Amino acid sequence: MNVLVFILLSLLKVAVVTVIFLTAVAYTVLLERKLVGRIQNRWGPSRVGPFGLLQPLADGIKLFLKEDLMPDEVARPLFILAPIIALSCALISIGVIPFGENIRWHGVDMFQIADLNIGLLVILGVTSIGVYGIALSGWSSNNKYSLLGSLRSTAQMISYELALGLSVIGVVLRTGSLRLRDIVNVQNTHGILSWNIFGGLQLIAFFIYLTAAFAETNRTPFDLPEAESELTAGYHTEYSSMKFAMFFMAEYANMINVGCVATLLFLGGWSSPFGNLLPAFGGPLVQALLPVFWFVAKVFCFLFLYVWVRGTLPRFRYDQLMGFGWKFLLPLAIANVMVSSLALAFRG
Amino acid sequence: MHLALFIIFGLMCLGGAVNLLLQRHPINSALSLIVVMSSLAVLYLLLGAEFLALAQIIVYSGAIMVLFVFVIMLLNAGEEERTHGSRAAYLAGIPGVMALFAVLTSTFFTLRTSFGSARLGGFLVTTQDLSRVLFRNLLLPFEVTSILILVAILGAVVLAGKER
Amino acid sequence: MAVPIAWYLILSAALFSIGVFAFLIKRNIITIFMSIELMLNAVNLAFVAFANHWHQVSGQIFVFFVMVVAAAEAAVGLAIIIAVYRSRETLNVDQINLMKL
Repeated sequence: MNVLVFILLSLLKVAVVTVIFLTAVAYTVLLERKLVGRIQNRWGPSRVGPFGLLQPLADGIKLFLKEDLMPDEVARPLFILAPIIALSCALISIGVIPFGENIRWHGVDMFQIADLNIGLLVILGVTSIGVYGIALSGWSSNNKYSLLGSLRSTAQMISYELALGLSVIGVVLRTGSLRLRDIVNVQNTHGILSWNIFGGLQLIAFFIYLTAAFAETNRTPFDLPEAESELTAGYHTEYSSMKFAMFFMAEYANMINVGCVATLLFLGGWSSPFGNLLPAFGGPLVQALLPVFWFVAKVFCFLFLYVWVRGTLPRFRYDQLMGFGWKFLLPLAIANVMVSSLALAFRG
Repeated sequence: MHLALFIIFGLMCLGGAVNLLLQRHPINSALSLIVVMSSLAVLYLLLGAEFLALAQIIVYSGAIMVLFVFVIMLLNAGEEERTHGSRAAYLAGIPGVMALFAVLTSTFFTLRTSFGSARLGGFLVTTQDLSRVLFRNLLLPFEVTSILILVAILGAVVLAGKER
Repeated sequence: MAVPIAWYLILSAALFSIGVFAFLIKRNIITIFMSIELMLNAVNLAFVAFANHWHQVSGQIFVFFVMVVAAAEAAVGLAIIIAVYRSRETLNVDQINLMKL
């Protein structure tokens, strides 16, 4: 009986998290269109529903009902497999992310799907598998724009993965664990002062992570894989209908994932920025949901930053992009690892 | 549970390896090798090597194989053609490989009782255990491999760099 | 339900044999290189299985070192393949039969 309850609750948890995540993905698209609209001094979508709030629904219906074109010369199995790889890799990461205190109900952790000893590595691993979605889509499309886009993207992603991996080492050194809950627990003693970005002296690491994450998710200013002005649409030129929508969703899901990981690693996860200064109020339910609110608020700030950067910065040239990754970010990340490990060693 | 997972992922390993053998196009072979490597990661988890399982995914499936796929795409490698060289390999290879497999399998099979069996959670190496041995007892080999990597980077840059 | 270590070892032997066979019959230099990786992986599985049997961490450390060496090998090997392709414009090992690049 207990096992049955456990399995049912776990399945329910997975379903709820997936639905919320997909809704968040849809509304991130709307957020981006609205904000970019305001940055460019126009309104953005405003016709469907109040303030355009139903726009994601309309977009979804449109993409779903479009004709699913299958070009003649594509490598068929890989052409279908590529968007599936991209989307599933983007959706897996949310499974190890904790978004609230460890509150158990019938033995089930309510605010995390799976608590792993090596949670951080799982996220890095899933991200590194996600490259195949883009690489295969470009190759199987049998189109030179797609191939160029995916070659660029693959090279860009393996280059920036190094800086990304090195930037989190300082955080892991401070925690002494790869478990995401441990990483957050180290940071929630004195509010904002003990967050890794300030208290852990990882400000440079945060900057490296931020830059590398922008490159990993193929966002402006590193969106060369899909640079419209030179490659039509890059790796997804030949895709239409739902298969295109899967790439689209994967991109935004990856943005949210990166935001969640940045929040956990550098911004103190679900811990309140005020520490214990804010007196406890409300019942146990409020106390359980307040950390989730902080977590979502931090991720939202990160997404806002994403859109802000997109609306502001121009695109890099390709040689500048590679030079920046290898000649600036990588040495900086190595220096950061050395300085933080020396600091930790002297502190004791 | 352990048995079921072993059978599923063991068969995926074997299937991927056989598919690597049968496919004519290098990119299909590369993809089947990725399947083999990822299933091996699950087998490592079953054997209690959690850090290695993820290192397998990140290093092998996520870095080395991406490099392979990248080179295949870059050189636009087509389907391979069978030539006379492969017939000699068939003649010598099939009996040799069969003999190798028979020797190994019979050895392991006769020793199967002394090997015992693996239980889920019977032996778990955490990252801390692994790093304690790596950075205390084996620090010198670890540093030597870093020199190896440095030499490899230099070699790769020189070989693949622009011709002067 | 426990699984005998010997089964893991037999699986590793099978993977290794397939790797050797693929190494012999494949004609594309990239695929040949991939079958070497397959052999390395098969040996790694045997190492992890032995580590589990002896309850020793060193077996896993060895796999770690094999991974590092494999990464270095892949980088240099693929660079050599690119260099060969540049001068000979083929990936078929039968046509790469001169000692010079």
